[in-house]
Amino acid sequence: MEDIAIVDFSGKITLGEGSATLRTMVRELVGKGHRKILLNLGDVDYIDSSGIGELVGAYTTVRGASGELKLVHLTKRVHDLIQITRLFTVFDVQADEPAAIRSFRSPA
Amino acid sequence: MAAPNQRLEVTLDTQLESVDLAENIVTRVAEAAGFGEDDLHKLGMAVREGVINAYNYGNCQDRRKKIVLAVEFEPETMIVHVVDEGCGFELSEVADPLAEENLLRTSGRGIFLMRAFMDDLAVRKGPTGGADLVMYKKLPHHVSGNGQSQAE
Repeated sequence: MEDIAIVDFSGKITLGEGSATLRTMVRELVGKGHRKILLNLGDVDYIDSSGIGELVGAYTTVRGASGELKLVHLTKRVHDLIQITRLFTVFDVQADEPAAIRSFRSPA
Repeated sequence: MAAPNQRLEVTLDTQLESVDLAENIVTRVAEAAGFGEDDLHKLGMAVREGVINAYNYGNCQDRRKKIVLAVEFEPETMIVHVVDEGCGFELSEVADPLAEENLLRTSGRGIFLMRAFMDDLAVRKGPTGGADLVMYKKLPHHVSGNGQSQAE
């Protein structure tokens, strides 16, 4: 549990706002050796296609380093967006933080 | 309620700020036309994606080029145009972002989202040869069944 990086995001993840922050943050965490990253999107009320692209980019960055990236606390709008773009087949979306943390313990 | 055949046209610069501006303009007009919160979100997002498309792919972030945003009302439909000064494209050329091989692409979902959030989408040639994205949304009082956009 101690090596899980939990990132709380809030506001928008859209073109020019939030998306670059997400990219930088995830790359820095991976650069520092983190391989288990949990993105808490509970306070993210808006994601556009650029934000979705950044989430996918974050996923591939972490997977490329043999790590795991999981999402937790999706708002309805973010949940719907991830569903209609079929990214539920890509992302590991967890209902709450304890469940997400437990899920990291199983081998990747 | 907006009267039929009204038209609003705004010329936007090719800059990031135009994305939010276009979204704000269209959602305000749509709110005045009676759309509910959920449809306002969908309309705003579709327009946002249209202007991002014009900014990134149509005008290639060239500040010398302009983006025209137009909103029209027909008796039953709100129509939004986003016109760029690029080379235009055909919807059939756009890769399917839901295809397995495209799921991990970091771009290419804008057109899909416009289609998902509007009732119809067409791409025409604009006056300078660029794309004219035409998005259609039924006005709230014309949504049938249990649609969320009930005006009354």
